[in-house]
Amino acid sequence: MPTGLKITQGTFSYLPDLSEDEIRAQIQYGIDNGWAVAIEYTDDPHPRNSYWDMWGMPMFDLEDAAGGMHEVTRCREAFPNQYIKVSLYNPKLTKQTIALQFIVNRPNHEPGFRLVRQEGADRTIRYTMEPYAASQPHGDRYAD
Amino acid sequence: MAQGITPEKLISPPSQGTGMYKGDSNFDDRFGAAKSPEEFQELKDPLREIPDDLEVDAQKLFTESKVKDVLHRLDSDLVALENVKERISEIAHLLLIDRLRRSIGLEAEPPTLHMSFTGNPGTGKTTVASKMGQILWKLGYIRKGHVVTASRDDLVGQYVGHTAPKTREVIKRAMGGVLFIDEAYNIYRLDNERDYGQETVEMLLEVMENDRQDLVVVMAGYRDKMDRFFSDVPGISSRIAHHVDFPDYNAEELLDIGRMMLDAQRYRFDADAEKAFKDYINLRLNRPHFANGRSVRNALDRARMRQAIRLFDAAEGGRTLTKKDLVTIQAEDILASRVFDDLHQTSTSDGNSGNGQAKTGAKAKSGSKSKK
Repeated sequence: MPTGLKITQGTFSYLPDLSEDEIRAQIQYGIDNGWAVAIEYTDDPHPRNSYWDMWGMPMFDLEDAAGGMHEVTRCREAFPNQYIKVSLYNPKLTKQTIALQFIVNRPNHEPGFRLVRQEGADRTIRYTMEPYAASQPHGDRYAD
Repeated sequence: MAQGITPEKLISPPSQGTGMYKGDSNFDDRFGAAKSPEEFQELKDPLREIPDDLEVDAQKLFTESKVKDVLHRLDSDLVALENVKERISEIAHLLLIDRLRRSIGLEAEPPTLHMSFTGNPGTGKTTVASKMGQILWKLGYIRKGHVVTASRDDLVGQYVGHTAPKTREVIKRAMGGVLFIDEAYNIYRLDNERDYGQETVEMLLEVMENDRQDLVVVMAGYRDKMDRFFSDVPGISSRIAHHVDFPDYNAEELLDIGRMMLDAQRYRFDADAEKAFKDYINLRLNRPHFANGRSVRNALDRARMRQAIRLFDAAEGGRTLTKKDLVTIQAEDILASRVFDDLHQTSTSDGNSGNGQAKTGAKAKSGSKSKK
């Protein structure tokens, strides 16, 4: 069972983790709407980190969710202890944006965030959120 | 190496297929829900537990399913090819009985449906393959009915590291449907051991074995080359459950095919033309590079062109064309073919050279004055 603070990002993240069938159903829903399927992964859990690494090319020409699930499985095999999300991109003119995005894999232990206070002039305080995981260099995070 | 998605969820539990799976493995524990009787039944040996005299409603399933419809369509759409139809009918019935078995809890692995179509040029391999998607979809074996056609160019890369993504792309696109590999023997080239085709073959083998429920692979090609391909790559032949051989058509069947093709394009033969076309087929059969259905199609395309010229000349000559003119192929449109030249050169020497062009011209002239 995952421990620590479960980060919430994208759709469904307040729910229990999605099952395989639920992920498949969501991907199929996207494909049926004409959306492209993309897989992304990262080990930087900061909420403002919007630049995740792409796992392969976005898949624009799928007919069936099996192709998307195939890549989800491969990405999990490669990065079992990182965050992986599925993005469904609506390529329609005037939309051209992510329509649905949800996390399908997360590290076993999510240590959470440290609050850093910076003392400024006149007793001002600036607050910074720092993920504990990010104190390790990229690649060494979420080792267990 | 535990993850957020727990391993229990990754390995699909047996209850997943029955819709009993809640997604959250703690759900039942937390809410103290009793396990349903279905879940208990799953644990026992169904072969022994289900009473032998349990009745199944085969009639209902058979009428509800589209099997009859599919087989009927196949019969009317394809001329001859009895062994192909028979094989598809076998598959259809197997899938139906499979569904019946599942309805009373007798789970079985879905059958392997990878196929290889071998036969001479123009025997209908590609035509049948492109119908296969719809057929298997209607029978409920695949989730989508699309056919992805791939050849060597789509699968094999140009440089190191190019092949795997390329092949995977095609495989993913075909998932849920049929992957049709035309002239499959081109993928693998035995004489060049640095050829990247080997990689494609290995990926295909893996997918054919592990993703059977997601993808049906159909390979097609000429018989001798496919046989060599199968002997060069030993794993492939055994992973293909259905080796279907497409026999050559005889003259009668080719005439039927020609009639169907014309019908589909809203043309028809008049009585003389049909006789002429029969003669044409008999002559063409024995000439080199005969390609069965494809030769028939080409011959008809040329006949349509000649008909167009004939009609144009007639119209120029002041004749009023009717719908009947537009849809009718006449004997002269067919007799103008070069195939008849040989016949006349070898068997006749009676002034009438049988030169089609001259004949057409003469006929057209007779109906007009303005022919230059």
